[in-house]
Amino acid sequence: MQKITAQFQIPFLQILDESGKADQALMPGLSSGQIRELFEWMVFARIFDDIAIRLQREGRMGTYPPMVGEEAAIVGTAYAMKRNDWLFWSYRENAAAMMKGAPVERILLYWASDVRGMGWPGTARAGFVSIPIATQIPHAVGFAWAAKMKSEKYATVVMFGDGATSKGDFYEALNFAGTFKIPVVFVCRNDQYAISVPRSLQTAAETIAQKSLAAGITHTIQVDGNDIFAVYSAVSDALASVKKGSGPAFVECITYRRSHHTTADDWTHYRAAQEVEAWQRKDPIDRLRIYLKANKLWNTRYEKGAVKQMRKKVDDAVKKMEAVKPADPKEMFTFLFEKPTPDLLKQMKESGL
Amino acid sequence: MAVLDMVQSLNRALREEMKQDRAVLVLGEDVGKNGGVFRVTEGLQKSFGALRAIDTPLAESAIIGVALGLAMNGMRPVAEIQFSGFLASAFDQIINHVSRVRWRTCGRFSCPLVVRVPYGGGIRALEHHSDSVEAYVVHTPGLKVVAPSTPYDAKGLLTSAIRDPDPVIFFEPLKLYRSIKQDVPLKYYSIPLGSASVVREGTEVTLIAYGAMVHECLKAAEIVQDRYSCDVIDLRTLKPLDMETVSASVEKTGRAIIVHEAQRFCGVGAEVASQIMEHNFLHLQAPVMRVTGFDTILPLPHLEKYFLPNAGKIVQTIERVMSY
Repeated sequence: MQKITAQFQIPFLQILDESGKADQALMPGLSSGQIRELFEWMVFARIFDDIAIRLQREGRMGTYPPMVGEEAAIVGTAYAMKRNDWLFWSYRENAAAMMKGAPVERILLYWASDVRGMGWPGTARAGFVSIPIATQIPHAVGFAWAAKMKSEKYATVVMFGDGATSKGDFYEALNFAGTFKIPVVFVCRNDQYAISVPRSLQTAAETIAQKSLAAGITHTIQVDGNDIFAVYSAVSDALASVKKGSGPAFVECITYRRSHHTTADDWTHYRAAQEVEAWQRKDPIDRLRIYLKANKLWNTRYEKGAVKQMRKKVDDAVKKMEAVKPADPKEMFTFLFEKPTPDLLKQMKESGL
Repeated sequence: MAVLDMVQSLNRALREEMKQDRAVLVLGEDVGKNGGVFRVTEGLQKSFGALRAIDTPLAESAIIGVALGLAMNGMRPVAEIQFSGFLASAFDQIINHVSRVRWRTCGRFSCPLVVRVPYGGGIRALEHHSDSVEAYVVHTPGLKVVAPSTPYDAKGLLTSAIRDPDPVIFFEPLKLYRSIKQDVPLKYYSIPLGSASVVREGTEVTLIAYGAMVHECLKAAEIVQDRYSCDVIDLRTLKPLDMETVSASVEKTGRAIIVHEAQRFCGVGAEVASQIMEHNFLHLQAPVMRVTGFDTILPLPHLEKYFLPNAGKIVQTIERVMSY
C-alpha cells in the first residue's frame, strides 16, 4: 500500500505591493495615526543606523550591524506586540528592542563596546542582545514557558536571521515549543545573507517557514518582509493565536540585508551591486511613503518634521551616551555573581582595582 | 535521619526543595516518568506533576537554553544532562550565556540554574558516558562548580546549589551513586558552596581530591598509615576553590598530592598545585605531585582500570613525595 500520510502548505502574505498599492481586503485594522507611527519608527531605525555607522567610522563607537532594508520586518514585528509582550533578539534588531523600551543611549553604549549598554534600568520588555547565532531562541522558549507556568498572559517574540535557521538551537527550540505548546512567536528575518553566505547555500529547503512545520507548528506563514502591513498583520495574528493557547507560531519575513553584515564587513566582496539595487527598489520606507501619499497622510513637511524629530531623538541619545563616565574597571568583577566569590575579591585586590 | 545512598540523598534534596519552593522544577531526558536513568529524580513527577518534573525532547543545548529562559523568568530549574559526554552539546549555552547572564546585563537578569551532570568512571559505562569534564567548566567565569563525594554532602550541596542566585554545575560521581550509604537527615540542612572539608587528619602529606577519588585517597591513607600520616581534603566545590583549607593543611604537612580522574593537562590539579606554589612555597618539603588520568582519551571500560587513579597509584606517589 502507498498513501500520503501528511501534506503541508506554506501561505504567503503581501498586503502592500512593491508599487505601494494596498490590498484593502487584507489591510489590518490600523488608524491613520498608527500607520504614520509605523512610518516614523522605520525612519527612526534608518536614522539610528546612519548615525551609528557614522559614529563607528569616526571611531566613536565599535563594530555595528546595520538594519537598513529590513526596517519593515523589525519595526512591524515590534509594533504588533502588546506593551506587556516580551522580545528576545539578536544584534540586527536594535530598533525592535528600543521599541520595547530599551533606552536608545544604552543601545548605543553597548555598540560603543560598554557592557553597561545591556544593563539598562526600568521596565523594558526586551531580553539581552544575543551575539552567538540562534542562541536566543531557546531562551525565548524558556521565558515564554515560565510565563505559561505562572499563568501570565503575555507572549514572547523571538527574532533571528535566516542563518540562524541552520543551527541546532533553532531546531531544538522550535521542537521544544511545539511539544509543550509554549506561547512564543518565532520571527525569522530572512534577509538572504549570513555575512557572505547567501540563502541558497544556507539550505536547500524551499522556504525557511517549512522548517517550523517539522516541529508541529501549524500556525506558520511567510510574508513579504518589506511590506510593513504584512509583517504587522502576520505577527499580530500569530500573537493572538499563541495567546489563545494554540501553541507557538512562526513568521518568515522575506527581506534583504542591503548593507554590510557589520561595519567590519564589505559586501562588495561577495555580491553584485545590481542585486542590491534591485532590492533598493523594494525599500520598505519608500513603499509605505507611496501609500501614505496616496491616502493623503504625507507631505514633505510631515516627513521633514518626522526626520527632524527622530534625528533629535538619536542625537540626544548620542550626547547622553558620550557623557557616560568610563566604567570603573572593578565592574569586570561586580556582576559576575550576586556576591563576588572570595577568589574574585582576591584577584581584584591583588590587581589594585 | 535515614540511611541513604547518593542517588537517594540527591532525590531527597530535590524533593525538599520542590516542596518548599514552587519555582523549583527538574527537566531533562527521562527525568519524569522514568525517574532518570540513575533514578535521581524518581517519583518527582508522581509527587509534583509533569509540569515540574519534565521529560524533555532529546536536545541538550535546548535543555540548557530553555532552562536559562525559565531561570530569567522567575523559575529555579534543575536541568539534568544524562551523561557527562553530552554536556558538550550544551557548551554554547553554558559558556556563552548561562555563565554571563548577570554580568552582561549588569544584574538586570540572573540565571539561578543548576545543571546536574553524572560523571566519572568506575561503572563500566559506554564510551562518552564516563568522562570527567569538569576542567572545561571551571575555566569559564561566572559558574560555580560542585562535586560531592558522600550522600550527606551531596544533599547539603545540592540544596545550596538550588538556592544559590547564580548558575551551578553539579557533577555527580557515577561510581558513588550506589556504592556508599550513610546517615542523612531527611530535613533541611545545607553545606555552603566553596568550602572544602578535611576528611582525615594527618601531619606529613596532604592528599587533595573530589568526587570518587576522595575514597581512593582515604584508602591510600589507610594503607600507609603505619608509616606516613596523611591529611585528606575533599574539595567538594571546585569553584570557588577553598584554598584556605588547602593552604592550612599544606602549611602543616609541607607536602601535597592532588588526585583526579580527569586528564592531567590543565586539570583542576594544575590549578591547585599552582595556587599552593603561590601561597605555600616556603612550607613545601617536596614538589606538589598529581595522580590523574593520562592525557589520553578515556579508554572504553576494558582498559579503564589502567587509566583511572587508584589507592595503589596514590601510595606510590606518597612514597615519592615522602622520600624526595
